[in-house]
Amino acid sequence: MDWLNAIVQGILVGGLYAMFAAGLSLIFGVMRLVNIAHGDLIILASYLAWAIVHATGLHPLASLIIVVPLMAGFGYALQRGILNRTLGKDILPPLLVTFGLSVILQNGLLEYFTADSRKLDAGFLETSSFPLLPGINIGVLPLLMFVSAVAIIAGLQFLFYRTSLGRAFRATSDDTEIAQLMGLDNKKVYAWAMALCLAVVAIAGVFLAIRSNFDPFMGPGRLIFGFEAVIIGGLGNLWGTLVGGVILGVAQGLGAQVDPGYQLLAGHVTFLLVLAFRPTGLYPRVSG
Amino acid sequence: MNTITRSTRLSKVAGVISVVLVAALIAVPWWAVASTEHLLAEFCIYLALASLWNLLAGYTGLVSVGQQAYVGLGGYVLFTCSVFLGLHPILSILLAGLAAALVAVPVAALVFRLQGAYFAIGTWVVAEVFRLSFAQMTALGGGSGYSLPVPIIKMLGDAKPVREANIYWISLALGIGALALVYTLLRSKIGLALTAIRDSEIASSSLGVKIDRIKYAVYIAVAALTSMVGCIIFLQKLRISPDAAFSVNDWTAFVIFIVVIGGIGTIEGPILGTIIYFLLREYLANLGSIYLMILGALAIVIMLTAPKGIWGYISKRWNIALFPVGYRINFKD
Repeated sequence: MDWLNAIVQGILVGGLYAMFAAGLSLIFGVMRLVNIAHGDLIILASYLAWAIVHATGLHPLASLIIVVPLMAGFGYALQRGILNRTLGKDILPPLLVTFGLSVILQNGLLEYFTADSRKLDAGFLETSSFPLLPGINIGVLPLLMFVSAVAIIAGLQFLFYRTSLGRAFRATSDDTEIAQLMGLDNKKVYAWAMALCLAVVAIAGVFLAIRSNFDPFMGPGRLIFGFEAVIIGGLGNLWGTLVGGVILGVAQGLGAQVDPGYQLLAGHVTFLLVLAFRPTGLYPRVSG
Repeated sequence: MNTITRSTRLSKVAGVISVVLVAALIAVPWWAVASTEHLLAEFCIYLALASLWNLLAGYTGLVSVGQQAYVGLGGYVLFTCSVFLGLHPILSILLAGLAAALVAVPVAALVFRLQGAYFAIGTWVVAEVFRLSFAQMTALGGGSGYSLPVPIIKMLGDAKPVREANIYWISLALGIGALALVYTLLRSKIGLALTAIRDSEIASSSLGVKIDRIKYAVYIAVAALTSMVGCIIFLQKLRISPDAAFSVNDWTAFVIFIVVIGGIGTIEGPILGTIIYFLLREYLANLGSIYLMILGALAIVIMLTAPKGIWGYISKRWNIALFPVGYRINFKD
């Protein structure tokens, strides 16, 4: 029963990983950018929520009303101010600029918030659960996290294929030059994509902060989880990232069941196995 | 008549100065104080790591964020050979290079499936796997680490000055060796192929350049040398732990900053970058995390304004190269 429980809990945690991954997948899909600072931006959102909750006494989930627009605005400005200038044929500038950004964010958070680990307290939401089967309880928070992940991915999917903004994303992704000829300003399209990405990052950051302790140096680990979920699921496929997140979550849960020291290792090894046997992931849609 | 040359008067002067400089550096244990010797050893270590990363990222297009995997692996091979086999450290260093080359073959087969930026994060995952695996090995101290036994250290000299001089000479050999490797490699046919790949993969492959084979070879050679540098790092520190051995900040982030600031894709860049890095550290390191933010911001500004770094700017502005690997046309009219 312990094993079944590990699988169920792993699936639910997978929702959080899918949230980490959805933003990465979106950005890569639209502008072929891999943001090394993605994980640090998640942690930045966690700290923003923490600061807001401590200043206003809002419920952590209510802080989303402020954190989401703030992060989205930051994303828009970041893309227009810095990242747009790095895009081109050469992959080095975006990679190294976001790498520098990652180091700045980590040390900025360390300087401002110290190295103490923090956590958001969501009250009964964290402690309540209901039994699914004898011996298997579903926590309300993990379930809410998973449902949110599904809703976010469904929302992104809708936005991508049913709205004019989504059409602009797809057009710019397919052929930047033709899209520009048709009157799209690709720099603005990219900025909107980054704003959307950081809105998702904000939600992921708040859930992360409620679920576990966080500190300024947790970003790179989250980046790696998100990246693994993207590759396992298949590049450019949003529902694939959900599957990837779930597989990663289950692998970690099972690894932890064997020995707590194997939790992260099991996730990484699963990723490497997928890379070895299905290098394009389970449900590939676009090529690199 | 127009002529085509490789060397210039400046590069000949630079060559002579380099020889004099190397001679002076070899003689350091006889004329410098211990702290200078120690600083120069560290300088050579970062110079080696930077030159090797530059060969990988700047010339071969393999932007790795996971070279700490090989630094740590080298350190652990040294400790394993010393503790369990009682081997001489110099022998262990050679074995570490060999071990890393062997490990790099399957690793390359895996991470080469990822393109561009995804390759970068893939190498990082591999380094994490190494770190977590070594943390599980209780025989090597698990997560808390292990110290080098005294008899092994004494093999490098009974007296402390002798030992430190030996460690310094090994560091110097690796630093200059890495530079010399990059220099000779780029002047050879492989260098020509690398430049062709950098300019256009499709065009070079249509002209018969074996892209994959060259990328594999460079990746494996860099892994072997990086791991030998890892040995000397932990021979100096005398203690190893997974977090120190596989630290992304110490062995990759700083190295990337050095290369980006100095000039990626140039031989002189990592040298200049390492000098700037040590100067900045000397004056700003007590600022702690703000110092790191300054380094990050400097790297971003340089990447946005002068993507070939400070040396790239200098060499373009005045059309000079200290260690030329290309040819130039001298017009006579």
